[in-house]
Amino acid sequence: MLSIYCPHCGEHREEEEFHPKGQAHIVRPLDPESCSDKEWGQYLYFRKNTRGLHHELWVHAAGCRKFFNITRDTVSYEIREVYLIGEQPSVTSDRAQS
Amino acid sequence: MQRYSGFGLLKHSLSHHENWQRAWRNPKPKKHYDVIIIGGGGHGLATAYYLAKEHNITNVAVIEKGYLGGGNTARNTTIVRSNYLWDEAAHLYEHAMNLWEGLSQDLNYNVMFSQRGVLNLGHTLQDMRDIQRRVNANRLNGIDGEVLDTQQVQEIVPLMDCSANTRYPVLGASWQPRAGVARHDAVAWGYARGADSYGVDLIQQTEVVDLIIEDGAITGVKTDRHGIISAGRVGSVVAGNSGVMAKKAGFELPLESHPLQALVSEPIKPVLDTVVMSNHVHGYVSQSDKGDLVIGAGIDGYNGYGQRGSYGTIEHTVQAIIELFPMFSRVRMNRQWGGIVDTCPDACPIISETPVENLFFNCGWGTGGFKATPGSGHVFAATLAKGKAHPLAKPFSMYRFHDGALIDEHGAAGVAH
Ligand SMILES: Cc1cc2nc3c(=O)[nH]c(=O)nc-3n(C[C@H](O)[C@H](O)[C@H](O)COP(=O)(O)OP(=O)(O)OC[C@H]3O[C@@H](n4cnc5c(N)ncnc54)[C@H](O)[C@@H]3O)c2cc1C
Ligand SMILES: [Zn+2]
Repeated sequence: MLSIYCPHCGEHREEEEFHPKGQAHIVRPLDPESCSDKEWGQYLYFRKNTRGLHHELWVHAAGCRKFFNITRDTVSYEIREVYLIGEQPSVTSDRAQS
Repeated sequence: MQRYSGFGLLKHSLSHHENWQRAWRNPKPKKHYDVIIIGGGGHGLATAYYLAKEHNITNVAVIEKGYLGGGNTARNTTIVRSNYLWDEAAHLYEHAMNLWEGLSQDLNYNVMFSQRGVLNLGHTLQDMRDIQRRVNANRLNGIDGEVLDTQQVQEIVPLMDCSANTRYPVLGASWQPRAGVARHDAVAWGYARGADSYGVDLIQQTEVVDLIIEDGAITGVKTDRHGIISAGRVGSVVAGNSGVMAKKAGFELPLESHPLQALVSEPIKPVLDTVVMSNHVHGYVSQSDKGDLVIGAGIDGYNGYGQRGSYGTIEHTVQAIIELFPMFSRVRMNRQWGGIVDTCPDACPIISETPVENLFFNCGWGTGGFKATPGSGHVFAATLAKGKAHPLAKPFSMYRFHDGALIDEHGAAGVAH
């Protein structure tokens, strides 16, 4: 079970209090009406599904109910960093670790 | 190919079973194949078998990074059924069901297909309405199905707590008598042996590390152990790793890979002769011929390639199973494991052409593709042979996520299996 730090509550809590919400930093097209079917479909459904470092959205569902971002390794499940919505990740490649 | 029979068994017992032919060769790969299939799970092996058998294309290689059938094929809970809601899905899974019914004979390999029936329980009024709708749709498609009430469910599974005293009382179920289970390993091995007998090369312990693409068309694959192998067409059948393979080809798929777990108990005396699934409390259970209870959990919500999941997920499942079968509360669990399932937003697979010419993908079966193994291989073989989608595969193009023609099977596929 993951132990996740909520940046809003300022505490580590058990995974069960949280819900993962998938890939982070997906930008909603500013003018959906002008999107082609392909552009809109890509936005709605197509994902990086990275094997390795993944920037993803989580919500503290059974806590403060606020959203935040996590950078996590999808093979080892190690959480590399937690950061707020609107911020950019600082861990972006495996090399940044050493 | 050496044929298996009762007589053969008798004959070989005279030489202490030491002279059986190997089930398949372990060949060195050639420089070129007409078709390369990436991934030696059940679906990839079935594809190779039908390419050779139905389309006479035998210059084929299956390239597998581990051992044959060691992915989700070896990790699933083996439920086979075809009672899906929408026509497109129902036709595809029923196509598989028809092949299952003759599979052991066709392969001359006992896949232990046991049509012991599957119950999908309903615990709320809405569950029961959905079940009624689905069974009606199934019948219109010629697929067997019945709506049962609590009493009838209790008669089929006397062991289950169908009283009104439970937190989520059993109000009824859908019942597909032709559904059941099969031996997962035997399915991979049977198809492997069959494909090998037609001359298909099964290349194990070899990972495809890159795809060779020139002018928008695939011309071969790069492997870790055997360098570049060229091919006329390539089919990717790598389940949980499909996103990784798509990235090598330069596009994204509407897929997410998640851990899905299962667990088995110690072997006990026969107590359960059918399969019980519940979407609502989320759990499902059957008993293997060996006697162990085979229990499937749900997926973990996060993306994961670790072939293991969270403890909380199996805890929920076990709670649901014990609520239905209080008697199982004392049974000890033997093993627990996870597989990586590639889930699609509409809970249906992708069998598709791709932006790269001559490269085809068969993936997105998520939590429920074992049941489709023969049908998936059959239609994907036709797709690879003709270079365009088989009629049953056509609705499952990846481009349905552009034009909006999704096939929402979250109801029929509601429990992860
Ligand atoms: C716990 C669990 C329970 C399940 N229960 C059921 C059930 O009850 N009923 C049901 O119908 N379905 C069930 N499923 C789903 C089912 O197991 C899968 O949909 C199905 O087995 C997929 O078959 P496959 O051949 O496509 O994939 P796999 O068997 O996973 O085969 C893919 C193969 O590709 C190989 N591969 C990956 N990358 C590469 C590479 N780069 N180079 C070479 N080879 C590569 C892998 O090693 C693997 O062997 C369950 C799954 C799990 C995990
Ligand atoms: Zn919080």
